[in-house]
Amino acid sequence: MQIDLRTVSIEPQRQTFDHLARRFGDKPASRYQEGSYDIQAAENLHYLPTWDPEQALYDTRITKIVMQDWYALKDPRQFYYSTYTLARARQQDSTEANFDFVESRGLADMLPEDLRTIALNLLVPLRHAAWGANMHNTFICGYGFGTTFTQPCMYHAMDQLGIAQYLSRVGLLLGDTAALNEGKAAWMDGAAWQPLRHYVEDCLVLRDPFELFVAQNVALDGLLYPLVYERIVDDVLAKRGGSAVAMLTQFMSDWFGETRKWVDAVMRTAAAESEPNRQLLQEWTKKWSDRAATTLRPVAALALGPAADEAVNEEVIALTARLKKIGIEI
Amino acid sequence: MSTVFIALQTNEETRPIIDAIVIDNPLAVVLREPAMVKINAQGRLVIRRETIEEQMGRDYDLQELQINLISLSGYVDETEDTLTLYWNE
Repeated sequence: MQIDLRTVSIEPQRQTFDHLARRFGDKPASRYQEGSYDIQAAENLHYLPTWDPEQALYDTRITKIVMQDWYALKDPRQFYYSTYTLARARQQDSTEANFDFVESRGLADMLPEDLRTIALNLLVPLRHAAWGANMHNTFICGYGFGTTFTQPCMYHAMDQLGIAQYLSRVGLLLGDTAALNEGKAAWMDGAAWQPLRHYVEDCLVLRDPFELFVAQNVALDGLLYPLVYERIVDDVLAKRGGSAVAMLTQFMSDWFGETRKWVDAVMRTAAAESEPNRQLLQEWTKKWSDRAATTLRPVAALALGPAADEAVNEEVIALTARLKKIGIEI
Repeated sequence: MSTVFIALQTNEETRPIIDAIVIDNPLAVVLREPAMVKINAQGRLVIRRETIEEQMGRDYDLQELQINLISLSGYVDETEDTLTLYWNE
């Protein structure tokens, strides 16, 4: 008996959901598209918020930025729940391995005393700034519009919470619980930290989610992360024998490199949308990055002493060049 | 002119790769078979790492292509940034 095998190609009736077919054509959609596009609640918002009856529950008018289509602000990393958690789980594993390495080989005890003091004074209070960044990104997610824009903000918020926890663990490892108490005291009362705390707390009461995005993710993070993690920890401390600290903060450097692609994409798209948008973004970026640079000078001085001003100036030049590439001139 | 082709498995991972190949080779013909996508091109087919990375949203090593590769034809010129299939004609 002979059996003939034959392949039969069956065309599916639908390749994807109708709303995605309208956007991208009738072809199989990626999981990112399915999980991000056209799922923002936009209609039938019957009940006005009691705390602000002037706006709808989800309202594009909360920000001054005007977009024809808010879904244009897509995330180049294409993170949705699954890819995001998988990516971060991998990074969590490698960070755990780094902490294990430093702990099991006693590298923390081998740190020269002056470097340990610098690392504690500089890094531990930053966990409060990271918590502020968590609050800000949660706010942007809550009051922004369009899932492609708000979804990565929530991931960003969770990342900042993770960074705050890593910084706490660095504090516990290098200086036990006393380090956390001292860090809190420095954040609340230390002269070097007050301008930064003022900045973070002013951001807590900003109502425009896009301005908050600029203030936190573009201006503050754009200067803080290269300054603290790339320049001070990876260069200055590592050269003086503090590579152990760089191992513990590796996530922050990697994370900044990854997330800036998303921040740049959002800014580029929003600025390219219209001239008023560009003007507004330039105005906000100028205002907040000037202020961020001023607030970071005393913080950088904790590690760099008199060289801090020059270091901050160089970071400002680098940020200006980065923004210029995406169409924001400050 | 002779045809070169590359055949890839149909799955979530190859979807952005196929999109990238179509972007870089607008004249290529995509044949969607059950569980396989075969892409034919006249004379030359270029696969670029950069385009795949844009479509995929992450860093990509062109050698990862082997995981989902079923078959190909043509001379292969492979560098870190491109994989080119062609015939010497």
